[in-house]
Formats: sequence, C-alpha cells, structure tokens
Amino acid sequence: MENNANGEHVHYDAEASKIGMWLFIFTELLLFGGLFLIYSVYRFKNPEAFHLAAEELNTSIGALNTVLLLISSMTIAMSTTTLLLKKKGATLGLLAITIIIGIVFLVNKYFEWGVKFDHGIWPGSEHLLNDFSQGEILFFGLYFVMTGLHALHIIIGLAIIVAAIIRIRKGTVHENRAALLENAGLYWHLVDLIWIFLFPLFYLIT
Amino acid sequence: MSEEKHHIVPYRVYIIVLLALLALTFASIGITSIELGEYTVAGALIFACIKSFLVLTYFMHLKYDKKYIRAMVVFVFVIFVVMIVITFLDYLYR
Repeated sequence: MENNANGEHVHYDAEASKIGMWLFIFTELLLFGGLFLIYSVYRFKNPEAFHLAAEELNTSIGALNTVLLLISSMTIAMSTTTLLLKKKGATLGLLAITIIIGIVFLVNKYFEWGVKFDHGIWPGSEHLLNDFSQGEILFFGLYFVMTGLHALHIIIGLAIIVAAIIRIRKGTVHENRAALLENAGLYWHLVDLIWIFLFPLFYLIT
Repeated sequence: MSEEKHHIVPYRVYIIVLLALLALTFASIGITSIELGEYTVAGALIFACIKSFLVLTYFMHLKYDKKYIRAMVVFVFVIFVVMIVITFLDYLYR
C-alpha cells in the first residue's frame, strides 16, 4: 500500500482508469455516431443538395486542420513515451506544442466560420432560409452542429492537457503514475478520430 | 501495488504512423477530386477507416493493451455499423 505525505492511503489503479476513460469514449462515439447517422440519412434523401452545399466549404482549410490535428496527435502520443523515459522537460515541451496546435486549429475554425457568417450563412439566418433548398439547410445545420461540437471537444481537450501539465510540473504525474496523461492522450485522439470522419464527409465528398 | 510494466512505444513508431496518416489524407483528397461518381463516398470512407484503425491501434495503444479493451472497442464499432444498416434497411424497404 502506498501512502501520501499525510499518511493517507492513495488509491491508484492505472488499468481501472484506462477502462473508465474508454467507457467514456464509447459514450462520445455514440453521441457523434448518432449525428453521423442523421448525416447519412439526410444525405441519402438529399444527394444533390448535399453535393451543392459541400462545394461552399473550403477544402484547403479543412485539409490544413486535418494535418494539424494529426501532428498534434503524434506529439501528445510521444509525450507519454518521454514521460515514461523520465524526460520531464521533453514531455512538457511536447504538450505545449500540442496545445499551440490545438489553438491554431480553433483559430482556423474561427476564420472558416467567419467567412460563412460574412456570406450570411448561419443556422436560421434569413439568407439560408430564403435562398437555399431544404437539403442545403440540413447540410449547413449539420455542418455547424457537428464541427461546433467537435470544436467544443477541442477546447475541453486543451483544458485536460493544461491539467496534465500542471500535475506533471507539481510531480503528481510521473513515470509510475502516468494514467492522467495517458487518458488526456486518449481524449485528444478521440477528437482526432472524429475529425478523420468529419473532414471527408463535409469537405471532400462534393 | 498496481505498478504494472508499461510498454514504452519508441518515437520511431509514432513518426511512421504520422507519415502514413498524412499520406492517406492526401491520397483521400486526391481520390475525391477525381470524378468517380458514387464510388467517391465509398473511397473517402475507406481511407477514413484505415486512418482511424491506425490511430486506434498505435496512438491509442490498443496494440499494446490487454486484448479485452480491443474487444470492447470492436464491439462498439460493430453496434454502430448495425445501427446504420438497420436504419437504411428501413429507409430502403419501407
């Protein structure tokens, strides 16, 4: 049994925290899964409108964000390796890079949505409701909800990484207690996984 | 105590997986810019599935974890596919 400085028993079970994280990830997968199901049905019923509406999206900015997320996934995965190898400085550096890339992703998203807003396209906007077909309205509704929910997950992921950085600096997360960093990594990879499907479905299939 | 042995994944593995993921991303952009008609969707989804397999296996450590975690992940994905198939059976044959 391990005890902390005050002599209290500290419970730590890496495998249990990993399973807990996976169970949570399953609920997230089914949340986005439901949205992907709605997308596939609407697309099936409005193939022409989805084709037209998807042309409006900027493939380059979508591709850039895909590359950014993939790189950030690698940096956070590597940070686990450096932590286990007791390279604290490298771990913090890799996590800082991950956070910077996450913020750049959000900035890109801001500009991307900004362009849509400038064109008068947002959920319930007059331009969208009056000048677009039903299928296109559905496409943009799903686009804003799904990329918005994904961006929210990026923000939460960034907060978890910040928490991991604080714990690593304090020394409560280290090579024998890596579960928090590993779970932060799992969450960040989940965000990457969802984007891997969002990118082709909204930006590529035109 | 639960200080089990961690499998330390070498940096090299992560770099190779990243390069593969980037290559697949550009390949999927390339393949969808060609007019393939109905096969565009299938092509893009196949690339996305290969990419997610790589992320799950290497970045999310399923390859190095105990087998039952992998079994649980597969189970959830199967449930999701079944859900899509049943929904489309309904739409197609109603």
